[in-house]
Amino acid sequence: MSRSSQQYDVIVIGGGHAGTEAALVSARIGCRTLLITHNIETIGQMSCNPAIGGIGKSHLVKEVDAMGGAMAIAADQGGIQFRILNSRKGPAVRATRAQADRILYKSAIRTRVENQENLQIFQQAVDDLIIENDIVHGAITQSGLRLYAKTVVLTTGTFLGGKIHVGDINYAAGRAGDPPALTLAQRLREMPFRVGRLKTGTPPRIDGRTIDYTQTTVQPGDTPTPVFSCMGSSDLHPKQVNCHITYTNETTHSIIQQDLHRSPMYNGNIDSTGPRYCPSIEDKVTRFADRTQHQIFIEPEGLQTHEVYPNGISTSLPFETQCKFLHSIKGFENAHITRPGYAIEYDFFDPRDLQPSLETKAIKGLYFAGQINGTTGYEEAAAQGLVAGINAARQVQEKDAWIPRRNEAYIGVMIDDLVTRGTIEPYRMFTSRAEFRLILRQDNADLRLTETAHELGCLPNAQWQVFVEKRDAINKHTKRLQKIYIQPTKVEAKLCEDILGGELKHESNLYELLRRPEVDLPILQKLTAQDLSDISAEVGEQLEIQAKYAGYIERQNVQVQRLAQQENVKLPEDLNYTSVVGLSNEAKQKLIEIRPLTIGQAARISGITPSAISLLLVHLKANNLATKSA
Amino acid sequence: MPNIYRQQGEPICAMATPPGRGALAVVRLSGYEVLSIANKVTHKFLQSRHATYTNFYDSNDELIDQGIAIYFQTPASFTGEDVVEFHCHGNPIVSELLLNTLCEHGSRLATPGEFSLRAFMNNKIDLAQAEAIADLIYSTTEQGVRTATRSLQGAFSTRVQDVLTKLILIRSNVEAHLDFPDEEIDAQHTEQIQTKLVDLETEIMELLRQAQQGERLQTGATIAIAGKPNAGKSSLLNALAQSDIAIVTEIPGTTRDPLIADIEIKGMPVRLIDTAGLRETKDVIEIKGIERAQQALSQADVILWLTDVSLTEGEQNIPDGLDENKIIICVHNKIDLINIQTSMNANHVYISVKTGSGLQDLVKMLASQLCGSEQGDTPFLARRRHLIAMQQAYQNIQAAFQCISQTKDLELVAEDLRLAQQYLGEITGDFTSDDLLGRIFSEFCIGK
Repeated sequence: MSRSSQQYDVIVIGGGHAGTEAALVSARIGCRTLLITHNIETIGQMSCNPAIGGIGKSHLVKEVDAMGGAMAIAADQGGIQFRILNSRKGPAVRATRAQADRILYKSAIRTRVENQENLQIFQQAVDDLIIENDIVHGAITQSGLRLYAKTVVLTTGTFLGGKIHVGDINYAAGRAGDPPALTLAQRLREMPFRVGRLKTGTPPRIDGRTIDYTQTTVQPGDTPTPVFSCMGSSDLHPKQVNCHITYTNETTHSIIQQDLHRSPMYNGNIDSTGPRYCPSIEDKVTRFADRTQHQIFIEPEGLQTHEVYPNGISTSLPFETQCKFLHSIKGFENAHITRPGYAIEYDFFDPRDLQPSLETKAIKGLYFAGQINGTTGYEEAAAQGLVAGINAARQVQEKDAWIPRRNEAYIGVMIDDLVTRGTIEPYRMFTSRAEFRLILRQDNADLRLTETAHELGCLPNAQWQVFVEKRDAINKHTKRLQKIYIQPTKVEAKLCEDILGGELKHESNLYELLRRPEVDLPILQKLTAQDLSDISAEVGEQLEIQAKYAGYIERQNVQVQRLAQQENVKLPEDLNYTSVVGLSNEAKQKLIEIRPLTIGQAARISGITPSAISLLLVHLKANNLATKSA
Repeated sequence: MPNIYRQQGEPICAMATPPGRGALAVVRLSGYEVLSIANKVTHKFLQSRHATYTNFYDSNDELIDQGIAIYFQTPASFTGEDVVEFHCHGNPIVSELLLNTLCEHGSRLATPGEFSLRAFMNNKIDLAQAEAIADLIYSTTEQGVRTATRSLQGAFSTRVQDVLTKLILIRSNVEAHLDFPDEEIDAQHTEQIQTKLVDLETEIMELLRQAQQGERLQTGATIAIAGKPNAGKSSLLNALAQSDIAIVTEIPGTTRDPLIADIEIKGMPVRLIDTAGLRETKDVIEIKGIERAQQALSQADVILWLTDVSLTEGEQNIPDGLDENKIIICVHNKIDLINIQTSMNANHVYISVKTGSGLQDLVKMLASQLCGSEQGDTPFLARRRHLIAMQQAYQNIQAAFQCISQTKDLELVAEDLRLAQQYLGEITGDFTSDDLLGRIFSEFCIGK
């Protein structure tokens, strides 16, 4: 094949959640895109637990959706149990979670990838990258095929230098059943990236036919069934099923205690860092020794399989011990393990070696997304894939990178956290990471991002139409409610007392009344003769949240505005930090290491004080170096 | 030169005159929305470049003082931004209240050098002065760090830490509820959190009351006189206090209990403490005295290390073990014995308590250390910053309590608590969201 016939705009390596979103968005933007994967059958595969969303994570899913991404709609097509979490703790922490059928989910993603214009798929392992003068030009496959592109997105997940542990046994591997990408890992290790090692674990999978469900608690999905995508509906959902809950007990714990010395986490075979929020059952039993039981969610893996995922007992104990402790659990007395649980260690690249665009600092045109950057979770991966894909495409088009800010999206929070502070454990999203949590809600992901997506050219037309309609309806009905006044004299005193808990003292418009905690749209309907039934549920939800939270939202907006000034001052890429008068050596070193893009980012580096920022500003001004973004 | 600030900065305020008592004090406010803040304080609409005689009110509309307010419209002002100056009476209590009020209305205390920085950014200060500004920021920060540490020593610090620990515990409970609803965690329930908030509120209020009305503010800075026995510490105390408070004898080890004299230096209230001479001794009472001396030294803002100039240079050195974070002035006494002139340089001053020569130099040196430069962080300013941060934390904890009492959404309670901690963090240092997650994971068994 000649070089020209193999010329792409963007090559995406890896067909997981990061890779598929990256390839899809790059193609949507209009770039000729190639998705290379070692196995086409695993495109869109859920390698860990079969669920999408959850607290913090569903915010990411909805944001990817608001940008035209695939994850949310695929979850709607593959979801077999849907729940809203935190429904009574406020809209900002409300989250959607779907249990997914692996096969349905995978096929929804695969269908999208196969039908995406500008996107081609190619099955082959990648062994090397083509790099000249620190600029990437493509990839070399296992068979020596050279594929050229202007930019490359690398999304290789845990395939890099993977090593699986079950008890005292360990072997090199990707996720269970797949080969690791050792050659590529070796090549990447030779490049100027800092490499770290992380670990994560999975529980043993069980044949559901061997579980006695009468011993467990049923956990049904919510009704009406929640929907993930703004283009989705519950009509897309397949048959819905239940999850179940059971518990470990003191016998389980003592079995685990006895064999603890055979766990690689405890006998010294693994010293990499596992996630604090997802401890193995060994960890739980040791660290919280006073607990007499631990909860296990029995999650179905799909409609066509009996296999279930017992969430909460991830382990790397020897197989015999896994069987033994499992059989001590209520309902699992006769459980048959279909796949043993294991711990996996893998390489990741220090995300502080990335720009906020996810382009590597060392190699121009090379982008990293997903687990390779030290994150965990499908949602985190998809969100990074989206950003890397957009920016890889924009570089081809010679346009500026898109970098969502911390006050615009959880995607922005995640990327800023990663590139500014790095991570020492697999990074997972939580709502408490977002200081602007009250304005970053899953219900307004589209209002925050869809206009941007439209401008970036990555939004399907149909989605834009749906969005415009919703946006305009919100504006229209807000104005409408602001114009409908209720006179104290005209409303019957009794009605008012019943509904508002007291007489109406001043003339008020409906929007003002909506601010009261006890008032919602049905109540407003009772107070006015006008017909409000044309306000759709989702528009009504926005009206209520915007009215009730106005004070808090305003307060966060003021903080955003205060920070905006710092965010707008860009730092030159080649700034010589050693020449900044007054900066401490520690500050200089950190600034050289991170090379922040803006004063705002610099201020978030740990150990950079406000006075260091002042000194930087003085330096910029004195040397006339400051540039401001528009 | 381009102006890299697109708009005016967030409103900041600070004293423009040195701290302490004087005929007049000027409080300066700069940034966006300063006119509306000034309007809330004066109940008047200020006109540019007009001196308006007016009342100053606090946020409860209680009268603080009467004085002059002047509005300087951008760009014709010191910083180039909109600036309002409040000229009030030169009583530290009044300026304190005024600054508090400005902070309650949405401004914040300026950091050292921040006014000059803005002036520089807005081309109000010559380019040649850039380095001077950098130096100023650098040196005042160094000094600021020291003063902040000093202000945080002793009981106050322990209690702030105590408040912080309790706040973090409440936050980790609230956030655990929000981020891990599916987990079977034993996080505290709303009622428990409510009770804890009441406790916390009471504790901060008590702390604020003591900090504001108590000894600290009235006495201002504390200066401890230390040195080996018979260096003349008690004589120096008497000389500075201009009265015979301490018993002075030729016998080394005369002073046992620390002696205290409240004096004023350049209008600033200062507490002088004369301590027992530091030496190895077997005398039980003297040992106690030395222990107390050490304690007094640890709480002092400034230590005067007094030595006998007739001793060898090595013997006059400041001993190891004195807190390096403190301002230490080395006072070489008894120059009359070896017949040299008084002189001062860096943190050394040569005097004779007996003849009185050099005492003026010492007072001058103390004044400059305590008042600092116009924008430097003095012990007073550091303490004020801390008090304001505490007040703002207090208000947010109150708001959180109201939220939880009105059974509002838990996420709103969490937001108020986050802000409360952000303010306390100004005293105690950063606490990131990742630190918070760490607390949650160590406290609760998370791991679905």
